[in-house]
Amino acid sequence: MKAGARKRAAEWLASGPSLLWLCLFFLVPTLLVFVLAFRPATPFGGIGAGWTLANIRRLADPAMLTVARRTLEISLATTFICLVLAVPVGYTLARISAKWRNFFLMLVIIPFWTNFLIRVFAWKTLLHPEGPIKQVLVFLGLVPSGASLLYRPEAVVLVSVYAFLPFTILPIYAAAEKFDFRLMEAARDLGARPFAAFRKVFLPGIRRGLVTAVLFVFIPALGSYIIPDIVGGPGGEMIGNKIAQRVFVDRNLPLASALSVVLILSVLAPLVAILFLQRRGEGPEIL
Amino acid sequence: MRRSRLPIWITVGAMVFFYLPIAILVVNSFNASRFGTGWQGFSLRWYAQLLHEPEIWLAARNSLLIAVGATALSVVLGTAAAFALHRFGRSRLQRFHYALVYMPLVVPEILMGISLLMAFAATGVGLGLGTIFLAHVTFCVSFVAMTVLARLQDFDDAVVEAARDLGAGWRVTFRRVVLPMIAPGIAAGALLAFTLSIDDFVITFFVAGPGSTTLPIRIYSMIKFGSPPLINALSSILLLVTFTAVILSQRISSPRR
Repeated sequence: MKAGARKRAAEWLASGPSLLWLCLFFLVPTLLVFVLAFRPATPFGGIGAGWTLANIRRLADPAMLTVARRTLEISLATTFICLVLAVPVGYTLARISAKWRNFFLMLVIIPFWTNFLIRVFAWKTLLHPEGPIKQVLVFLGLVPSGASLLYRPEAVVLVSVYAFLPFTILPIYAAAEKFDFRLMEAARDLGARPFAAFRKVFLPGIRRGLVTAVLFVFIPALGSYIIPDIVGGPGGEMIGNKIAQRVFVDRNLPLASALSVVLILSVLAPLVAILFLQRRGEGPEIL
Repeated sequence: MRRSRLPIWITVGAMVFFYLPIAILVVNSFNASRFGTGWQGFSLRWYAQLLHEPEIWLAARNSLLIAVGATALSVVLGTAAAFALHRFGRSRLQRFHYALVYMPLVVPEILMGISLLMAFAATGVGLGLGTIFLAHVTFCVSFVAMTVLARLQDFDDAVVEAARDLGAGWRVTFRRVVLPMIAPGIAAGALLAFTLSIDDFVITFFVAGPGSTTLPIRIYSMIKFGSPPLINALSSILLLVTFTAVILSQRISSPRR
Protein backbone atom coordinates (compact mmCIF):
# COMPACT_ATOMS: atom_id res chain seq x y z
CA MET A 1 0.00 0.00 0.00
CA LYS A 2 2.78 2.37 0.99
CA ALA A 3 4.80 1.34 -2.08
CA GLY A 4 1.76 2.05 -4.24
CA ALA A 5 1.39 5.54 -2.78
CA ARG A 6 5.08 6.23 -3.37
CA LYS A 7 4.79 5.02 -6.95
CA ARG A 8 1.87 7.36 -7.58
CA ALA A 9 3.81 10.25 -6.08
CA ALA A 10 6.75 9.47 -8.37
CA GLU A 11 4.42 9.30 -11.37
CA TRP A 12 2.93 12.71 -10.58
CA LEU A 13 6.34 14.19 -9.90
CA ALA A 14 7.67 13.06 -13.30
CA SER A 15 4.62 13.83 -15.42
CA GLY A 16 3.15 16.76 -13.50
CA PRO A 17 5.28 19.54 -15.02
CA SER A 18 4.69 18.59 -18.66
CA LEU A 19 1.02 17.76 -18.02
CA LEU A 20 0.49 21.16 -16.44
CA TRP A 21 2.42 22.97 -19.18
CA LEU A 22 0.63 21.26 -22.06
CA CYS A 23 -2.79 21.68 -20.45
CA LEU A 24 -2.13 25.37 -19.88
CA PHE A 25 -0.56 26.19 -23.25
CA PHE A 26 -2.02 23.57 -25.59
CA LEU A 27 -5.24 21.95 -24.38
CA VAL A 28 -6.94 24.98 -22.81
CA PRO A 29 -6.04 27.35 -25.71
CA THR A 30 -7.37 24.80 -28.22
CA LEU A 31 -10.65 24.47 -26.31
CA LEU A 32 -10.79 28.25 -26.05
CA VAL A 33 -10.83 28.45 -29.87
CA PHE A 34 -14.05 26.40 -29.85
CA VAL A 35 -15.59 28.76 -27.27
CA LEU A 36 -14.54 31.98 -29.03
CA ALA A 37 -16.06 30.78 -32.31
CA PHE A 38 -19.45 31.43 -30.69
CA ARG A 39 -18.63 34.90 -29.35
CA PRO A 40 -19.43 38.14 -31.19
CA ALA A 41 -16.60 40.39 -32.39
CA THR A 42 -16.38 43.98 -31.17
CA PRO A 43 -15.65 46.78 -33.68
CA PHE A 44 -12.27 47.40 -32.04
CA GLY A 45 -10.90 43.91 -32.63
CA GLY A 46 -11.87 42.53 -29.24
CA ILE A 47 -14.11 39.71 -28.12
CA GLY A 48 -17.67 40.72 -27.16
CA ALA A 49 -19.94 39.35 -24.45
CA GLY A 50 -22.83 36.94 -25.07
CA TRP A 51 -23.18 34.18 -27.65
CA THR A 52 -23.82 34.19 -31.40
CA LEU A 53 -23.98 31.89 -34.41
CA ALA A 54 -22.97 34.69 -36.79
CA ASN A 55 -19.36 33.45 -37.18
CA ILE A 56 -20.51 29.94 -38.03
CA ARG A 57 -23.02 31.32 -40.54
CA ARG A 58 -20.30 33.32 -42.27
CA LEU A 59 -18.41 30.10 -42.95
CA ALA A 60 -21.08 29.19 -45.48
CA ASP A 61 -20.55 32.21 -47.68
CA PRO A 62 -19.48 31.40 -51.25
CA ALA A 63 -16.02 32.97 -50.99
CA MET A 64 -15.24 30.79 -47.95
CA LEU A 65 -16.53 27.67 -49.66
CA THR A 66 -14.27 28.35 -52.65
CA VAL A 67 -11.27 28.61 -50.34
CA ALA A 68 -12.28 25.45 -48.48
CA ARG A 69 -12.58 23.53 -51.75
CA ARG A 70 -9.26 24.88 -53.00
CA THR A 71 -7.55 23.90 -49.72
CA LEU A 72 -8.82 20.36 -50.10
CA GLU A 73 -7.84 20.17 -53.78
CA ILE A 74 -4.33 21.53 -53.23
CA SER A 75 -3.79 19.15 -50.27
CA LEU A 76 -5.04 16.12 -52.19
CA ALA A 77 -2.95 16.95 -55.27
CA THR A 78 0.15 17.49 -53.11
CA THR A 79 -0.41 14.20 -51.26
CA PHE A 80 -0.91 12.28 -54.51
CA ILE A 81 2.20 13.69 -56.23
CA CYS A 82 4.33 13.17 -53.09
CA LEU A 83 3.27 9.50 -52.93
CA VAL A 84 3.92 8.90 -56.62
CA LEU A 85 7.46 10.27 -56.21
CA ALA A 86 8.19 8.88 -52.74
CA VAL A 87 7.32 5.24 -53.50
CA PRO A 88 10.04 4.77 -56.16
CA VAL A 89 12.51 6.72 -54.00
CA GLY A 90 11.74 4.60 -50.92
CA TYR A 91 11.98 1.46 -53.07
CA THR A 92 15.38 2.52 -54.44
CA LEU A 93 16.71 3.47 -50.99
CA ALA A 94 15.76 0.03 -49.64
CA ARG A 95 17.54 -1.76 -52.49
CA ILE A 96 20.80 0.12 -53.09
CA SER A 97 24.07 -0.51 -51.26
CA ALA A 98 24.44 0.77 -47.69
CA LYS A 99 26.98 3.39 -48.70
CA TRP A 100 24.69 5.02 -51.29
CA ARG A 101 21.68 4.59 -49.02
CA ASN A 102 23.31 6.59 -46.20
CA PHE A 103 24.34 9.27 -48.66
CA PHE A 104 20.84 9.59 -50.11
CA LEU A 105 19.19 9.47 -46.66
CA MET A 106 21.41 12.32 -45.55
CA LEU A 107 20.33 14.27 -48.63
CA VAL A 108 16.67 13.62 -47.76
CA ILE A 109 17.13 14.67 -44.12
CA ILE A 110 19.16 17.88 -44.61
CA PRO A 111 16.23 19.94 -46.00
CA PHE A 112 14.36 19.11 -42.78
CA TRP A 113 16.99 21.07 -40.85
CA THR A 114 17.12 24.05 -43.19
CA ASN A 115 14.86 27.04 -42.72
CA PHE A 116 11.43 26.56 -44.27
CA LEU A 117 11.03 30.21 -45.28
CA ILE A 118 14.30 30.14 -47.18
CA ARG A 119 13.28 27.09 -49.16
CA VAL A 120 9.95 28.63 -50.10
CA PHE A 121 11.65 31.91 -50.98
CA ALA A 122 14.07 30.05 -53.29
CA TRP A 123 11.04 28.95 -55.33
CA LYS A 124 9.68 32.47 -55.48
CA THR A 125 12.87 33.52 -57.28
CA LEU A 126 12.83 30.45 -59.53
CA LEU A 127 9.22 30.98 -60.60
CA HIS A 128 9.59 34.75 -60.98
CA PRO A 129 8.56 36.14 -64.41
CA GLU A 130 12.23 36.79 -65.17
CA GLY A 131 13.42 33.66 -63.37
CA PRO A 132 15.16 30.71 -65.06
CA ILE A 133 12.21 28.31 -65.21
CA LYS A 134 9.96 30.76 -67.01
CA GLN A 135 12.74 31.55 -69.51
CA VAL A 136 13.30 27.86 -70.26
CA LEU A 137 9.57 27.18 -70.66
CA VAL A 138 9.07 30.20 -72.94
CA PHE A 139 12.14 29.18 -74.99
CA LEU A 140 10.69 25.68 -75.41
CA GLY A 141 7.39 27.23 -76.42
CA LEU A 142 5.54 25.51 -73.57
CA VAL A 143 4.09 28.71 -72.07
CA PRO A 144 3.28 32.06 -73.69
CA SER A 145 5.65 34.85 -72.65
CA GLY A 146 2.82 36.67 -70.86
CA ALA A 147 1.92 33.74 -68.59
CA SER A 148 2.70 33.82 -64.86
CA LEU A 149 4.11 30.80 -63.05
CA LEU A 150 3.73 32.45 -59.66
CA TYR A 151 0.54 33.30 -57.78
CA ARG A 152 -1.62 30.38 -58.84
CA PRO A 153 -2.75 27.13 -57.16
CA GLU A 154 -0.34 25.03 -59.27
CA ALA A 155 2.60 26.96 -57.80
CA VAL A 156 1.32 26.16 -54.30
CA VAL A 157 1.14 22.44 -55.18
CA LEU A 158 4.66 22.46 -56.65
CA VAL A 159 6.25 24.14 -53.62
CA SER A 160 4.20 21.99 -51.20
CA VAL A 161 5.52 18.85 -52.91
CA TYR A 162 9.02 20.27 -52.55
CA ALA A 163 8.48 21.00 -48.85
CA PHE A 164 6.69 17.79 -47.84
CA LEU A 165 8.39 15.17 -50.02
CA PRO A 166 11.07 14.31 -47.39
CA PHE A 167 8.30 13.57 -44.87
CA THR A 168 6.77 11.11 -47.33
CA ILE A 169 10.01 9.43 -48.35
CA LEU A 170 11.11 8.58 -44.79
CA PRO A 171 8.10 6.46 -43.65
CA ILE A 172 7.92 4.73 -47.04
CA TYR A 173 11.62 3.92 -46.90
CA ALA A 174 11.21 2.65 -43.32
CA ALA A 175 8.47 0.27 -44.49
CA ALA A 176 10.33 -0.76 -47.68
CA GLU A 177 13.44 -1.58 -45.65
CA LYS A 178 11.46 -4.20 -43.71
CA PHE A 179 9.85 -5.59 -46.87
CA ASP A 180 11.04 -9.02 -47.97
CA PHE A 181 12.04 -8.49 -51.60
CA ARG A 182 12.14 -12.26 -52.21
CA LEU A 183 8.35 -12.01 -52.37
CA MET A 184 8.68 -9.90 -55.51
CA GLU A 185 11.11 -12.39 -57.04
CA ALA A 186 8.65 -15.15 -56.25
CA ALA A 187 5.90 -13.18 -57.99
CA ARG A 188 8.15 -12.71 -61.03
CA ASP A 189 9.02 -16.43 -61.07
CA LEU A 190 5.33 -17.19 -61.05
CA GLY A 191 4.94 -15.10 -64.19
CA ALA A 192 3.97 -11.64 -62.92
CA ARG A 193 5.17 -8.73 -65.05
CA PRO A 194 7.52 -6.31 -63.21
CA PHE A 195 4.86 -3.63 -62.76
CA ALA A 196 2.24 -6.17 -61.62
CA ALA A 197 4.68 -7.52 -59.01
CA PHE A 198 5.34 -3.95 -57.85
CA ARG A 199 1.65 -3.08 -57.62
CA LYS A 200 0.27 -6.31 -56.20
CA VAL A 201 3.12 -7.42 -53.94
CA PHE A 202 5.31 -4.45 -53.03
CA LEU A 203 2.62 -1.78 -52.50
CA PRO A 204 0.42 -3.92 -50.22
CA GLY A 205 3.58 -4.94 -48.35
CA ILE A 206 4.41 -1.35 -47.43
CA ARG A 207 0.84 -0.16 -46.80
CA ARG A 208 1.53 0.95 -43.23
CA GLY A 209 4.31 3.19 -44.50
CA LEU A 210 1.96 4.54 -47.17
CA VAL A 211 -0.72 5.45 -44.62
CA THR A 212 1.82 7.19 -42.37
CA ALA A 213 3.21 9.07 -45.39
CA VAL A 214 -0.29 10.23 -46.36
CA LEU A 215 -0.84 11.63 -42.85
CA PHE A 216 2.58 13.32 -42.79
CA VAL A 217 1.79 15.27 -45.94
CA PHE A 218 -1.99 15.68 -45.98
CA ILE A 219 -2.34 17.14 -42.46
CA PRO A 220 0.37 19.81 -42.75
CA ALA A 221 -0.82 20.60 -46.29
CA LEU A 222 -4.33 21.33 -44.99
CA GLY A 223 -2.86 23.80 -42.51
CA SER A 224 -0.43 25.41 -44.98
CA TYR A 225 0.09 29.09 -44.53
CA ILE A 226 3.57 30.22 -45.62
CA ILE A 227 3.57 28.50 -49.02
CA PRO A 228 0.28 29.94 -50.34
CA ASP A 229 1.15 33.28 -48.73
CA ILE A 230 4.46 33.55 -50.62
CA VAL A 231 3.79 31.82 -53.96
CA GLY A 232 -0.01 31.52 -54.08
CA GLY A 233 -1.34 35.05 -54.46
CA PRO A 234 -5.08 35.74 -54.10
CA GLY A 235 -5.91 32.90 -56.53
CA GLY A 236 -3.97 30.36 -54.47
CA GLU A 237 -5.22 31.23 -51.00
CA MET A 238 -5.94 28.43 -48.55
CA ILE A 239 -7.83 28.31 -45.26
CA GLY A 240 -4.64 29.15 -43.33
CA ASN A 241 -4.39 32.47 -45.19
CA LYS A 242 -8.01 33.26 -44.32
CA ILE A 243 -7.32 32.63 -40.64
CA ALA A 244 -4.24 34.87 -40.72
CA GLN A 245 -6.14 37.63 -42.55
CA ARG A 246 -8.87 37.63 -39.89
CA VAL A 247 -6.14 38.07 -37.28
CA PHE A 248 -3.78 40.52 -38.99
CA VAL A 249 -5.95 42.38 -41.52
CA ASP A 250 -9.36 42.93 -39.97
CA ARG A 251 -8.69 41.73 -36.41
CA ASN A 252 -11.79 39.57 -36.11
CA LEU A 253 -10.67 36.96 -33.59
CA PRO A 254 -14.07 35.20 -33.25
CA LEU A 255 -14.27 34.65 -37.03
CA ALA A 256 -10.64 33.46 -37.04
CA SER A 257 -11.67 31.00 -34.31
CA ALA A 258 -14.61 29.72 -36.35
CA LEU A 259 -12.30 29.12 -39.34
CA SER A 260 -9.80 27.37 -37.05
CA VAL A 261 -12.54 25.05 -35.78
CA VAL A 262 -13.15 23.97 -39.40
CA LEU A 263 -9.42 23.30 -39.80
CA ILE A 264 -9.16 21.41 -36.49
CA LEU A 265 -12.10 19.18 -37.43
CA SER A 266 -10.72 18.47 -40.91
CA VAL A 267 -7.35 17.53 -39.42
CA LEU A 268 -9.00 15.27 -36.83
CA ALA A 269 -11.06 13.42 -39.46
CA PRO A 270 -8.13 11.56 -41.11
CA LEU A 271 -6.57 10.90 -37.68
CA VAL A 272 -9.75 9.32 -36.36
CA ALA A 273 -10.01 7.26 -39.56
CA ILE A 274 -6.47 5.96 -38.97
CA LEU A 275 -7.23 5.12 -35.35
CA PHE A 276 -10.27 3.20 -36.51
CA LEU A 277 -8.15 1.27 -39.05
CA GLN A 278 -5.59 0.63 -36.34
CA ARG A 279 -8.21 -1.01 -34.16
CA ARG A 280 -8.69 -3.42 -37.02
CA GLY A 281 -4.95 -3.95 -37.22
CA GLU A 282 -4.55 -2.25 -40.59
CA GLY A 283 -3.13 1.20 -39.94
CA PRO A 284 0.36 2.37 -38.98
CA GLU A 285 1.49 2.27 -35.39
CA ILE A 286 1.39 5.96 -34.70
CA LEU A 287 -0.44 6.11 -31.42
CA MET B 1 16.81 -10.64 -62.98
CA ARG B 2 16.56 -7.39 -64.91
CA ARG B 3 15.20 -4.52 -62.87
CA SER B 4 13.57 -1.37 -64.08
CA ARG B 5 15.85 1.68 -63.96
CA LEU B 6 12.91 4.04 -63.53
CA PRO B 7 12.93 4.13 -59.67
CA ILE B 8 16.63 5.05 -59.68
CA TRP B 9 16.07 7.88 -62.14
CA ILE B 10 13.18 9.19 -60.07
CA THR B 11 15.39 9.08 -56.96
CA VAL B 12 18.18 11.02 -58.65
CA GLY B 13 15.58 13.44 -60.03
CA ALA B 14 14.12 13.96 -56.54
CA MET B 15 17.58 14.81 -55.15
CA VAL B 16 18.14 17.35 -57.95
CA PHE B 17 14.68 18.74 -57.20
CA PHE B 18 15.63 19.09 -53.50
CA TYR B 19 18.90 20.88 -54.05
CA LEU B 20 18.59 22.83 -57.30
CA PRO B 21 16.56 25.72 -55.79
CA ILE B 22 18.99 25.98 -52.87
CA ALA B 23 22.00 25.88 -55.21
CA ILE B 24 20.58 28.63 -57.42
CA LEU B 25 19.87 30.74 -54.34
CA VAL B 26 23.46 30.41 -53.14
CA VAL B 27 24.87 31.17 -56.60
CA ASN B 28 22.64 34.24 -56.88
CA SER B 29 23.89 35.55 -53.54
CA PHE B 30 27.21 36.20 -55.32
CA ASN B 31 25.54 37.74 -58.36
CA ALA B 32 26.12 41.45 -58.81
CA SER B 33 22.71 41.79 -60.47
CA ARG B 34 20.04 43.37 -58.32
CA PHE B 35 17.21 41.20 -59.64
CA GLY B 36 18.98 37.91 -60.15
CA THR B 37 18.15 37.93 -63.87
CA GLY B 38 21.20 36.64 -65.64
CA TRP B 39 24.76 36.63 -64.34
CA GLN B 40 26.34 40.06 -64.06
CA GLY B 41 29.60 39.15 -62.42
CA PHE B 42 30.84 37.91 -59.05
CA SER B 43 30.24 40.22 -56.12
CA LEU B 44 30.28 40.18 -52.33
CA ARG B 45 28.31 43.42 -52.09
CA TRP B 46 25.19 41.73 -50.66
CA TYR B 47 27.20 40.18 -47.87
CA ALA B 48 28.82 43.52 -47.16
CA GLN B 49 25.41 45.18 -47.10
CA LEU B 50 24.20 42.66 -44.48
CA LEU B 51 26.67 44.18 -42.05
CA HIS B 52 24.81 47.47 -42.30
CA GLU B 53 21.45 46.02 -41.35
CA PRO B 54 21.30 46.29 -37.54
CA GLU B 55 17.72 44.98 -37.47
CA ILE B 56 18.86 41.60 -38.78
CA TRP B 57 21.45 41.24 -36.03
CA LEU B 58 19.00 42.32 -33.35
CA ALA B 59 16.51 39.75 -34.65
CA ALA B 60 19.23 37.08 -34.69
CA ARG B 61 20.05 37.90 -31.07
CA ASN B 62 16.38 37.57 -30.06
CA SER B 63 16.14 34.24 -31.89
CA LEU B 64 19.22 32.89 -30.15
CA LEU B 65 18.03 34.01 -26.71
CA ILE B 66 14.64 32.39 -27.18
CA ALA B 67 16.09 29.21 -28.68
CA VAL B 68 18.55 28.74 -25.81
CA GLY B 69 15.88 29.39 -23.15
CA ALA B 70 13.19 27.28 -24.83
CA THR B 71 15.65 24.41 -25.38
CA ALA B 72 16.75 24.42 -21.74
CA LEU B 73 13.24 24.38 -20.28
CA SER B 74 11.79 21.96 -22.85
CA VAL B 75 14.65 19.49 -22.30
CA VAL B 76 13.81 19.38 -18.57
CA LEU B 77 10.04 19.07 -19.11
CA GLY B 78 10.38 16.70 -22.07
CA THR B 79 12.87 14.36 -20.40
CA ALA B 80 10.72 14.10 -17.27
CA ALA B 81 7.70 13.44 -19.49
CA ALA B 82 9.56 10.70 -21.38
CA PHE B 83 10.53 9.01 -18.10
CA ALA B 84 6.95 9.10 -16.86
CA LEU B 85 5.64 7.72 -20.15
CA HIS B 86 8.22 4.96 -20.17
CA ARG B 87 7.93 3.96 -16.51
CA PHE B 88 4.17 4.34 -15.95
CA GLY B 89 2.94 3.99 -19.55
CA ARG B 90 0.10 1.61 -18.69
CA SER B 91 -1.75 3.93 -16.31
CA ARG B 92 -4.77 5.97 -17.36
CA LEU B 93 -3.00 9.21 -16.50
CA GLN B 94 -0.09 8.33 -18.78
CA ARG B 95 -2.39 7.46 -21.68
CA PHE B 96 -3.86 10.96 -21.39
CA HIS B 97 -0.34 12.35 -21.00
CA TYR B 98 0.78 10.54 -24.17
CA ALA B 99 -2.11 11.95 -26.18
CA LEU B 100 -1.31 15.42 -24.88
CA VAL B 101 2.37 15.08 -25.83
CA TYR B 102 1.53 13.55 -29.22
CA MET B 103 -1.12 16.03 -30.41
CA PRO B 104 1.17 19.08 -30.85
CA LEU B 105 3.25 16.98 -33.28
CA VAL B 106 0.36 16.42 -35.68
CA VAL B 107 -1.63 19.64 -35.32
CA PRO B 108 -0.72 22.16 -38.06
CA GLU B 109 1.40 25.00 -36.72
CA ILE B 110 -1.13 27.67 -37.58
CA LEU B 111 -3.65 26.11 -35.18
CA MET B 112 -1.16 26.19 -32.33
CA GLY B 113 -0.35 29.81 -33.20
CA ILE B 114 -3.95 30.92 -33.30
CA SER B 115 -4.98 29.10 -30.11
CA LEU B 116 -2.08 30.58 -28.14
CA LEU B 117 -2.90 34.02 -29.51
CA MET B 118 -6.52 33.57 -28.35
CA ALA B 119 -5.36 32.48 -24.90
CA PHE B 120 -3.04 35.47 -24.56
CA ALA B 121 -5.70 37.84 -25.89
CA ALA B 122 -8.38 36.44 -23.55
CA THR B 123 -6.16 36.71 -20.47
CA GLY B 124 -4.72 40.08 -21.40
CA VAL B 125 -1.10 38.91 -21.55
CA GLY B 126 0.99 41.40 -23.55
CA LEU B 127 2.64 39.92 -26.66
CA GLY B 128 6.42 40.00 -26.85
CA LEU B 129 9.53 37.89 -26.39
CA GLY B 130 7.92 36.33 -23.29
CA THR B 131 4.93 34.96 -25.20
CA ILE B 132 7.23 33.71 -27.98
CA PHE B 133 9.26 31.86 -25.35
CA LEU B 134 6.13 30.23 -23.85
CA ALA B 135 4.95 29.15 -27.31
CA HIS B 136 8.33 27.69 -28.29
CA VAL B 137 8.63 25.67 -25.08
CA THR B 138 5.16 24.26 -25.79
CA PHE B 139 6.00 22.75 -29.17
CA CYS B 140 9.57 21.80 -28.22
CA VAL B 141 8.44 19.71 -25.20
CA SER B 142 6.70 17.17 -27.44
CA PHE B 143 9.67 16.74 -29.77
CA VAL B 144 12.11 16.32 -26.87
CA ALA B 145 9.77 13.87 -25.07
CA MET B 146 9.36 11.70 -28.19
CA THR B 147 13.09 11.67 -28.96
CA VAL B 148 14.05 10.70 -25.39
CA LEU B 149 11.20 8.17 -25.19
CA ALA B 150 12.50 6.44 -28.35
CA ARG B 151 15.88 6.11 -26.67
CA LEU B 152 14.35 4.82 -23.42
CA GLN B 153 12.44 2.14 -25.30
CA ASP B 154 15.71 0.70 -26.63
CA PHE B 155 16.99 0.64 -23.09
CA ASP B 156 17.24 -2.63 -21.19
CA ASP B 157 15.62 -2.25 -17.76
CA ALA B 158 17.58 -5.28 -16.53
CA VAL B 159 20.69 -3.07 -16.41
CA VAL B 160 19.02 -0.86 -13.82
CA GLU B 161 17.99 -3.90 -11.78
CA ALA B 162 21.55 -5.24 -12.00
CA ALA B 163 22.94 -1.96 -10.67
CA ARG B 164 20.41 -2.02 -7.83
CA ASP B 165 21.22 -5.65 -7.01
CA LEU B 166 24.89 -4.79 -6.87
CA GLY B 167 24.10 -2.28 -4.15
CA ALA B 168 23.88 1.04 -6.01
CA GLY B 169 21.38 3.53 -4.59
CA TRP B 170 18.79 5.21 -6.81
CA ARG B 171 20.86 8.34 -7.15
CA VAL B 172 24.02 6.50 -8.17
CA THR B 173 22.08 4.24 -10.54
CA PHE B 174 20.58 7.27 -12.20
CA ARG B 175 23.81 9.17 -12.53
CA ARG B 176 26.13 6.30 -13.46
CA VAL B 177 23.84 4.00 -15.43
CA VAL B 178 20.66 5.67 -16.69
CA LEU B 179 21.98 9.11 -17.58
CA PRO B 180 24.96 7.98 -19.71
CA MET B 181 22.66 5.64 -21.65
CA ILE B 182 20.01 8.20 -22.46
CA ALA B 183 22.39 11.17 -22.86
CA PRO B 184 22.52 10.81 -26.68
CA GLY B 185 18.70 10.88 -26.74
CA ILE B 186 18.62 14.05 -24.64
CA ALA B 187 21.30 15.63 -26.82
CA ALA B 188 19.37 14.76 -29.99
CA GLY B 189 16.17 16.16 -28.44
CA ALA B 190 17.96 19.36 -27.44
CA LEU B 191 19.40 19.79 -30.93
CA LEU B 192 15.96 19.25 -32.45
CA ALA B 193 14.34 21.71 -30.03
CA PHE B 194 16.98 24.33 -30.74
CA THR B 195 16.59 23.99 -34.52
CA LEU B 196 12.80 24.05 -34.36
CA SER B 197 12.82 27.11 -32.14
CA ILE B 198 15.30 29.07 -34.20
CA ASP B 199 13.48 28.21 -37.48
CA ASP B 200 9.91 28.68 -36.36
CA PHE B 201 7.95 31.31 -38.21
CA VAL B 202 4.21 30.55 -38.15
CA ILE B 203 3.62 30.16 -34.40
CA THR B 204 6.02 33.00 -33.61
CA PHE B 205 4.25 35.30 -36.09
CA PHE B 206 0.97 34.89 -34.21
CA VAL B 207 2.33 35.46 -30.71
CA ALA B 208 4.97 38.12 -31.46
CA GLY B 209 4.25 41.66 -30.39
CA PRO B 210 5.56 44.87 -31.92
CA GLY B 211 9.28 45.14 -31.36
CA SER B 212 9.82 41.43 -30.66
CA THR B 213 11.25 40.41 -34.01
CA THR B 214 12.96 37.06 -34.44
CA LEU B 215 15.16 36.12 -37.40
CA PRO B 216 12.46 34.18 -39.30
CA ILE B 217 10.04 37.10 -38.84
CA ARG B 218 12.71 39.47 -40.16
CA ILE B 219 13.32 37.15 -43.14
CA TYR B 220 9.59 37.03 -43.81
CA SER B 221 9.26 40.80 -43.93
CA MET B 222 12.34 40.93 -46.19
CA ILE B 223 10.67 38.40 -48.51
CA LYS B 224 7.54 40.52 -48.56
CA PHE B 225 9.10 43.98 -48.82
CA GLY B 226 12.87 43.72 -49.07
CA SER B 227 15.48 43.17 -51.75
CA PRO B 228 15.94 39.58 -52.96
CA PRO B 229 19.78 39.53 -53.19
CA LEU B 230 20.05 40.51 -49.54
CA ILE B 231 17.84 37.56 -48.57
CA ASN B 232 19.96 35.30 -50.79
CA ALA B 233 23.09 36.36 -48.90
CA LEU B 234 21.47 35.95 -45.48
CA SER B 235 19.99 32.57 -46.50
CA SER B 236 23.37 31.33 -47.74
CA ILE B 237 24.96 32.15 -44.39
CA LEU B 238 22.15 30.31 -42.54
CA LEU B 239 22.44 27.33 -44.90
CA LEU B 240 26.18 27.15 -44.24
CA VAL B 241 25.53 27.16 -40.47
CA THR B 242 22.88 24.43 -40.81
CA PHE B 243 25.01 22.19 -43.04
CA THR B 244 27.96 22.49 -40.68
CA ALA B 245 25.75 21.66 -37.69
CA VAL B 246 24.18 18.62 -39.41
CA ILE B 247 27.55 17.25 -40.52
CA LEU B 248 29.09 17.82 -37.07
CA SER B 249 26.17 16.13 -35.31
CA GLN B 250 26.44 13.17 -37.71
CA ARG B 251 30.17 12.90 -36.93
CA ILE B 252 29.50 12.98 -33.20
CA SER B 253 26.59 10.55 -33.15
CA SER B 254 27.80 7.95 -35.67
CA PRO B 255 29.98 5.20 -34.24
CA ARG B 256 33.66 5.29 -35.15
CA ARG B 257 34.85 2.81 -37.69
